[in-house]
Amino acid sequence: MKLFFLTYIPSVVFLSIFIFQDKELEESIKRGADIYTDFCVNCHMSKGEGVTNTFPPLANSDYLLKKREESIRGIKYGQQGPIVVNGINYNGTMAPMGLADEEIADVMNYILHSWGNKSDKTVTPEEVAAISKE
Amino acid sequence: MKYSILLLSFTLLTMNLSCAQSTDNKIDTPTEVPFSTELIIDELQIPWGMAFLPDDSMLITEKSGELIHFKDGKKSTVSNVPAVYVRGQGGLLDIALHPDYKNNGWIYMSFSSEGGAEKGGNTTLVRAKLDNNSLTNSEVLYKATPNTTKGQHFGSRIVFDNEGYLYFSIGDRGDRDINPQDISRDGGKIYRLHDDGSIPEDNPFVSQEGAKKAIFSYGHRNPQGLIKNPVTGTIWEHEHGPQGGDEINIIEKGKNYGWPLVTYGINYSGTSITDSTEMKGTEQPIYYWVPSIAPSGMTFVTSDKYPDWKNNLLIGSLKFQYLERLVLKDNKVVKREKLMTDIGRVRDVRQAPNGYIYVAVEGKGIYKLIPN
Ligand code: HEC
Repeated sequence: MKLFFLTYIPSVVFLSIFIFQDKELEESIKRGADIYTDFCVNCHMSKGEGVTNTFPPLANSDYLLKKREESIRGIKYGQQGPIVVNGINYNGTMAPMGLADEEIADVMNYILHSWGNKSDKTVTPEEVAAISKE
Repeated sequence: MKYSILLLSFTLLTMNLSCAQSTDNKIDTPTEVPFSTELIIDELQIPWGMAFLPDDSMLITEKSGELIHFKDGKKSTVSNVPAVYVRGQGGLLDIALHPDYKNNGWIYMSFSSEGGAEKGGNTTLVRAKLDNNSLTNSEVLYKATPNTTKGQHFGSRIVFDNEGYLYFSIGDRGDRDINPQDISRDGGKIYRLHDDGSIPEDNPFVSQEGAKKAIFSYGHRNPQGLIKNPVTGTIWEHEHGPQGGDEINIIEKGKNYGWPLVTYGINYSGTSITDSTEMKGTEQPIYYWVPSIAPSGMTFVTSDKYPDWKNNLLIGSLKFQYLERLVLKDNKVVKREKLMTDIGRVRDVRQAPNGYIYVAVEGKGIYKLIPN
């Protein structure tokens, strides 16, 4: 029982803080989930696991989690050429998908908060707008 | 004992017979192939469709919206191409020549376009002529409505049959519960028109009130393969299933191909779409893939250049990145073979008038298969 309160209460408290403070993030993640089913799932799959040697994973992807700017750039303008994700080489093509900056922010927030992925900074449309083609 | 063995073998036999298809999943990878490949056009992004002009030059659509003319070993960009709505799977898609191109010069193209009341885009069919590396006389023959910002399933393959009818496909546009089974709506259909875009009087739904009169068949998900069987003259189609359940169908007038009422596939999330794989009033595919190969492009081999492949089907796999050869017998697939392993996402495959087979691969370009 004690253990129950020790774990349950703090997690409820934590969750509510999280939800109230980040209502906007929650909304963005929700919209991002729809974008993901529309535009990404056929390659990166429903649990972000990708397809071995063909489509890199997004779940626990060191690329996504460490190279935030490059990831946004890839989704915005397309991504082609050799990259390494979790130690595996990929050399494929992700065509530009024609998404608006808000939509890219939403789908980034979704993939950064799904399948065990975590990120402390919400992606905003302004951040996406500021990223240029290189 | 004897009796029970007999019974057992009988049961096994009937089980086998009642199976819709017995060659699931089995694909051979030959150690030796009767051809080598030559990359004749390089540095293409997503070459979606190809057409072969009488002067031996080629037209290639790039999904991004460029039309490329490849002549005498050089690429040039054709101007005056209609504005395309590049979003998700949409863009500049298929291209086909009129069967009498030599005399009338008509080129047919499909793409996703904006325009109209709603936000977003939908599949459009145009015809135009090529003059001095520019498109002229451009006419919109069909524009699907309503527009939507969904990124999926534009379909878009174009083919002519022996009577001169033009067929093209439009996918369900990501609205599977609304579009494919409703003949008053666009999407999830194969369409049939005359070459000038007018609607044939004997189309199946011309006298049905409220129906889109260009519809020839319905209940499709996302057809990215549409060709004429050169032996029978019938129209063959393939379409992407959800997760599993890609299909090859023979298209018949007014028929319902079942999506999403019946499918051999499941949702990407792993949940089921329907329990049914068969239903009265819907057509069965002649072949289905589990798992999905994500088929795009298709051709029958008829030329003498590849004698062992006569009347075989070649189909591109986007997902597993190879070219699939299917041997048919009585409209059943009896053998599958994996060619060009790991070549890249195969978007289109065609047999050119010169008899050679050309394969369009994303991120690479156009390969020619040269017989040994
Ligand atoms: C047509 C298949 C396809 C689609 C659709 C697609 N991607 Fe990709 N994606 C790829 C490929 C292939 C790569 C690797 C490209 C390379 O090798 O340079 C990639 C790379 C990535 C990367 C960086 C590598 C990693 O795994 O962390 C991210 C992030 C990403 N995609 C996110 C998305 C998002 C978000 C969407 C939907 C909005 C999307 N992708 C849609 C094929 C696709």
